Amino acid sequence: MIRLPLVLFFSAALFSIGVYGVLARRNAVLVLMSIELMLNAVNVNLIGFSQLWRDLTGQVFALFVIAVAAAEVGIGLAIVMLIYRNRETINVDEVSLLKW
Amino acid sequence: MSSQEYAFVVLALVGTVSAVRVVTARNVIRAALYLVATLGSVGAAYLLLGAEFVGWVQILIYVGAIVILFLFGLMLTKAPIGREALDNRSRAVAALVGLAILAGLVFLIQNAFAWSDPKMELAQATSGAIGESVFRHYVLPFEAVSFVLLAALIGAVVLSRKDERP
Repeated sequence: MIRLPLVLFFSAALFSIGVYGVLARRNAVLVLMSIELMLNAVNVNLIGFSQLWRDLTGQVFALFVIAVAAAEVGIGLAIVMLIYRNRETINVDEVSLLKW
Repeated sequence: MSSQEYAFVVLALVGTVSAVRVVTARNVIRAALYLVATLGSVGAAYLLLGAEFVGWVQILIYVGAIVILFLFGLMLTKAPIGREALDNRSRAVAALVGLAILAGLVFLIQNAFAWSDPKMELAQATSGAIGESVFRHYVLPFEAVSFVLLAALIGAVVLSRKDERP
């Protein structure tokens, strides 16, 4: 027996830490890590509610989220590598070509 | 509190503390290794909640593949050390936003659920049942996700290939 609010508080903590990381970090790889933290928070919620209602849909969608996160990291790191090769930096505040 | 709740609280604390270290560490490699601790404790929490298949998938894919990818990304780029090199100047605003989101979420959760009301029975969700659910009810989304993965794979290869211009 685990009370659901415990699971939800854990997820909320992970999500807000991820938000802080995305806003505060300069290094693009660390920003991607913080995004992973937020995706994990979503997955914790999905698993918690899936086990609460005895419905496997949440777990199936958690698997889909994991797959999409893997794809996102692959593409994200490829883009980071490309930026590094062209600009010699991966600080997100220095890559401001699209900013007016 | 039951013993399972104590175990869950311990796992959640380990996960939260190492997540904080992920976003505050001054050494990028250490941040990646703290990410391993966070993802591992989240996976252990899945196992504790009875979602064994998702728990092992979490450990296999996140700890086994994604963190290794991150480490490669860190080692192939410059990995500077120090607070100024890794964090930008709006740390205080970011902390404020994070705390505000945390407070809002905690408030909403408190409002939505009585503290003791919804209790999870920790029955196992077997891999067989999940497989049946995926391949009976969610075949089309499954195919779509595999197509997304294929597209991401090809995209990553195309992006990171060196152009050989004449």
